[in-house]
Amino acid sequence: MVKAILSDSRALKAFGAGVAVFILLLFVPCFLPRFHVYLLGLIFTTGLLAVSLNLVLGLGGMYQFHHAVFYGIGAYTVALVITKTTLSPWIGFLLAPFVSALFSLFIGLICVRLSKLYFGMLQISLGSLVWAVVFRWYSFTGGDDGIHGISVPGIISSTSGAYYFSLILTVICLLAMQRIVNSPFGRSFQAVRDNPVRSEAVGINVKRLQLTGMVISGAFAGIAGSMFVVIEGSVFPELMFWTLSLEIIIMCLLGGWFTFLGPMLGAAIIVLLRTFVGIYTEYWTIILGFVLMLLILFLPQGVLGYFLEKFERSGMKQAQEEK
Amino acid sequence: MMLHVENLQKTFDGFAAVSDAQLEVEKGEVVAVIGPNGAGKTTLFNLITGQLKADGGSIIFKDENLACMTPYEICRRGISRSFQIVNIFSRLTVFENVRVAVMSYNKRTFNLFSRAKDIDVSETGDILKSVGLFEKAGRISGSLSHGDQKVLEMAVALGNRPEFLILDEPTAGMSPEETRNALELMKLLSRDRGITILFCEHDMELVFSVANRIMVMQHGRTIIQGEPEVVRKDRQVQEAYLGGPDELF
Repeated sequence: MVKAILSDSRALKAFGAGVAVFILLLFVPCFLPRFHVYLLGLIFTTGLLAVSLNLVLGLGGMYQFHHAVFYGIGAYTVALVITKTTLSPWIGFLLAPFVSALFSLFIGLICVRLSKLYFGMLQISLGSLVWAVVFRWYSFTGGDDGIHGISVPGIISSTSGAYYFSLILTVICLLAMQRIVNSPFGRSFQAVRDNPVRSEAVGINVKRLQLTGMVISGAFAGIAGSMFVVIEGSVFPELMFWTLSLEIIIMCLLGGWFTFLGPMLGAAIIVLLRTFVGIYTEYWTIILGFVLMLLILFLPQGVLGYFLEKFERSGMKQAQEEK
Repeated sequence: MMLHVENLQKTFDGFAAVSDAQLEVEKGEVVAVIGPNGAGKTTLFNLITGQLKADGGSIIFKDENLACMTPYEICRRGISRSFQIVNIFSRLTVFENVRVAVMSYNKRTFNLFSRAKDIDVSETGDILKSVGLFEKAGRISGSLSHGDQKVLEMAVALGNRPEFLILDEPTAGMSPEETRNALELMKLLSRDRGITILFCEHDMELVFSVANRIMVMQHGRTIIQGEPEVVRKDRQVQEAYLGGPDELF
């Protein structure tokens, strides 16, 4: 009973805090310089990408080692619709999640029959194949130069327009993903992560569930990719290079891969580190490496995971004292 | 005949774990499989429930051959099982462990937008009450005692509303009191819900007090299947156990 009341009041507090933060973020362009507004948009985009990876990595326990491919495909879909067709740019934004989901389905159909590391390694190979095609196909994708100067619709072309676009899409996607995490599908996905053998024994088609998880996660990565086009106005093959995939995994681990918003925090830390430390040295990854070492040694559950655990303990203690 | 296993074979790297298993189970029966360690009992169960693929022979359940089916297809045909070594969702709560199975039975696994916490609550609660774990519903299952985890094993298997329940050493590692409760539960499931039960167990007292029929295995082969009294007096069965009949039965 105490626990139920505690969790209800906690959910209420979390909801209140979320609304307050959202309102604050709505007014950010009024008082922050343009560069910081741009940076926040980039954090939302990268954060959404990391949370989408965590759907399969943290929730489903799948070794999704090449998630960036679906991000890149989303970005290229928007870029190609705008630059190569006469269709409305908005069609590009609508198509991005579907094309990413489709690629996710193809790659998933081949990989999902394998487990753990083999799944991850095959995914890196297939993803790298997609990257190689994009990297070399100069007439269509712009090859290693990418596509620059993409003119997005006027309403989202300014820094603040791009910011609001990324903020609103991020909030909608986070709400949708949280709903999925707490759905019967989400619970079953967690069960498969914990024990695939038992899951099959209780009648769950594990491979189909994992494939569905991959498709959903790929679709959200595609949305993040389309946000990137709005923020940066360009696309390039590095968006789907395997090193970016590694970086997203690090974001999840850094923020806490057993928490819903941990990867968002991890993304913020890495984007800020790269931006501000990157000014002084191109070897900013040395500092990232050092931070990671400290993390593995002292906060294996990630930054947000650590604080949530601390918060939970103090809440339980308080409840016990009140009792 | 509900389940008919004939001439079942399974070899691991040249070692015949099951070489000629025969088994018959009628609807509503409680059948025990006994045999010395390494006789092939768990392998037989793994073959019936699809965790392992048979090298030869047939497993007919209600006129369908299960030999080519996956574990989830077999489960959907009404066969549930518990495992010898505790095999639960250790990071989920006791309640969620059972609910995952109930949701699977009710075909809600791919439901993306309902709230899981509002779904199948009473059905899950009833199962937990029936096995005596309702008080511990909110606990993380990995933190339960071994005995409670074994009971949860059974509760998860019941989540699929099985017609046919396979229990692999259900009381292994339990205290005498927990064993008595598990025994009562098995009798209850058989008598009140009409569930057909196939189980293997080393506790001979338990086997003879609950089983309608007993199948004895040795070196992967079926020696005999019959009523407890017939099995008890069989010379081959007595020889299969080193200690002789007096020590075991």
